[in-house]
Amino acid sequence: MFSRQKKGSAMSDSSAATNKTGDKAHRDPPTKPSTATPSGIEVPPVVTADMVREPDQGMPGEFPFTRGIFPDGFRGRLWTIRQYSGFGTAEESNERYRFLLDKGQTGLSVALDLPTQCGYDPVDPIAKSEVGKVGVSLSNLAEAEILFDEIDVSGISTSFTINGTASIVYAMYCAVADKQGVPREKLTGTIQNDILKEYVARGTWIFPVRPSLRLIADTILFSNEQTPRFNPISIAGAHVRDAGCTAVEEMGYTIANGLAYIDELIRRGGDVEKFARRLSFFFYVHMDFFEEVCKFRAGRRLWAKLLTERYGVKDPKALMFRFGVVCGGSSLVGAQPDNNVVRVGIENMAAVMGGAQSIFTAAFDEAYQIPTEHSAEIAVRTQQIVAHESGIARTVDPLGGSYYVEWLTDQMEDEISKVIDDIETYGGVTKAVEDGWLQLKIAQRASERKRKVDSGETVIVGQNYFRRDDQNEGVAELFKLDPQASARVIEKFERVRDTRNDAEVAKTLAALETAAATDTENLMPYLIDCCHAYATVGEMVATLKSQWGEFEEPVRL
Amino acid sequence: MSLNGKRILIAKPGLDGHDVGAKIIALALRDAGADVIYTGLRRSPDYIARVAVDEDVDAVGLSILSGSHKELVEETVRCLAELDAGDIHLFVGGTIPSEDHDELRQAGARGIFTAEMALDEVVAAVEADLNA
Repeated sequence: MFSRQKKGSAMSDSSAATNKTGDKAHRDPPTKPSTATPSGIEVPPVVTADMVREPDQGMPGEFPFTRGIFPDGFRGRLWTIRQYSGFGTAEESNERYRFLLDKGQTGLSVALDLPTQCGYDPVDPIAKSEVGKVGVSLSNLAEAEILFDEIDVSGISTSFTINGTASIVYAMYCAVADKQGVPREKLTGTIQNDILKEYVARGTWIFPVRPSLRLIADTILFSNEQTPRFNPISIAGAHVRDAGCTAVEEMGYTIANGLAYIDELIRRGGDVEKFARRLSFFFYVHMDFFEEVCKFRAGRRLWAKLLTERYGVKDPKALMFRFGVVCGGSSLVGAQPDNNVVRVGIENMAAVMGGAQSIFTAAFDEAYQIPTEHSAEIAVRTQQIVAHESGIARTVDPLGGSYYVEWLTDQMEDEISKVIDDIETYGGVTKAVEDGWLQLKIAQRASERKRKVDSGETVIVGQNYFRRDDQNEGVAELFKLDPQASARVIEKFERVRDTRNDAEVAKTLAALETAAATDTENLMPYLIDCCHAYATVGEMVATLKSQWGEFEEPVRL
Repeated sequence: MSLNGKRILIAKPGLDGHDVGAKIIALALRDAGADVIYTGLRRSPDYIARVAVDEDVDAVGLSILSGSHKELVEETVRCLAELDAGDIHLFVGGTIPSEDHDELRQAGARGIFTAEMALDEVVAAVEADLNA
């Protein structure tokens, strides 16, 4: 079992932290609100009807979907409450999942350790200190079988935060379904499978950009046929946002990435009317309430317009911008951490008013430790209070028609379009990533954001203003694994490797290698065969690397 | 006092891919006058030590958010010592619980920086240390 560091010790051992920001801790708070949104849009003191470009936004469920993708909003079905979890061994995670399902959670979210995310087996020298540390080690099918033990995969929706090795983890999930006797078409859930933002913000890339795009296209095209209710990609703005960019840039980069995936899918013979129905998106919700609501309204409208204009998409289902969100992330702070409950509540409301399909609410202590059962429960209860007590889900797009909301939606749409234009002017997303141009932009933006907090231009209650004299910081604390846990993962790994049918492993890996060498084969069936043979993630990745090489990171400062 | 003429290597050891903190610090140190080199992701302590020696740096800053800071700091110190480069100053930044600070200092870290610190403070601490 894991053990947790004592909260008290970390919270009280911070006499140095108390005075960290020196005199700034006691500076006078501003007496007026800021006049611009965090994305830099200047807001007039009052917005009137004549300032709104498009007074009639049409009906929800109809093009261009400004007011939502469903005609009945949440009245047909509330959003999915989805909490991120998964740590240590597959056994521990399986236990946690069953606890969360019991608490009324309707979807599982699986976090994976870094070796699994970067394509290394737990016995690889580079992986040794990171096995099971930030998520589950899922090195082969045997671990996946333990992870979903006594959980009927046809009855749950599972979201995997996985990118570089998403195709392999998805293959493993299909293999688990095969083993449980569940028809693959019953699988629901999501793999993140968005490599473009990994090159920019999260760093779990493996292969060069172009073969990575091919692998992603393969998962999507395979999924459309075999697991039609599964979301084979979740195009994510969340990570670039948390890394430091603005809400406008978050939406702009994400839509640009989405268009790059569409181009690759078309190149590989996909039918945009069909595959576009299964594209979904993933964002952060930070604290600026109206900017967040309007970000979603503008993004939804812009996506539908772009797919119509550029690709001639006609089917309304293929034009729908479906997205999940995380409330929290870098908007939560370690200073006076109880206040984060309020922040998450406000963000949760923005997510609902923006029309999110699934919502994750962070625990208030997430900024400095792995959530406890207490804080994790408050996070789920927050969503239940918003859903069942606040009444905001009662009517579709309750803010629609507000002069300010419609005006700001127009402004956001224009600004987001500019971000997309900038990337296209540079030469497209692939080039921007290969050259490190986009990476540098994010780093510069992150620096600006940090400087604004340091200088007090951005107010963070409890951190750079409104501090208490005796304040203790919630100092970053990490989940401590039992040192034996990683040894047990390695022991299980070696047992599987020693008892599997080596001839079958060699045969399936050889077939994968041959298929990867061509641009014509879809690799998914080969990966599923490898999983059934108990080939490991490290072996499958090494096989693909032998054909494709590795991404060479452009380092620009 | 300034960082003019100082050479600093900012490095990401281990598999953790969150490099924004590393880049923010790199840009801040450069703004303060230092020559800054950034390794990019997933570098082994051995590689980092070799680059530090080849580039003749005054200091190495490790950015670690995965919780593997103890192992990675110890390993980097060992690799630097093996190359006879124990005089290169070592700093650590990232998600570092306060209860680990003493141990990291004993292992050889001359400064430990976390996200809530102001950039000016981090730069000032590095400046003071390198000019001492």
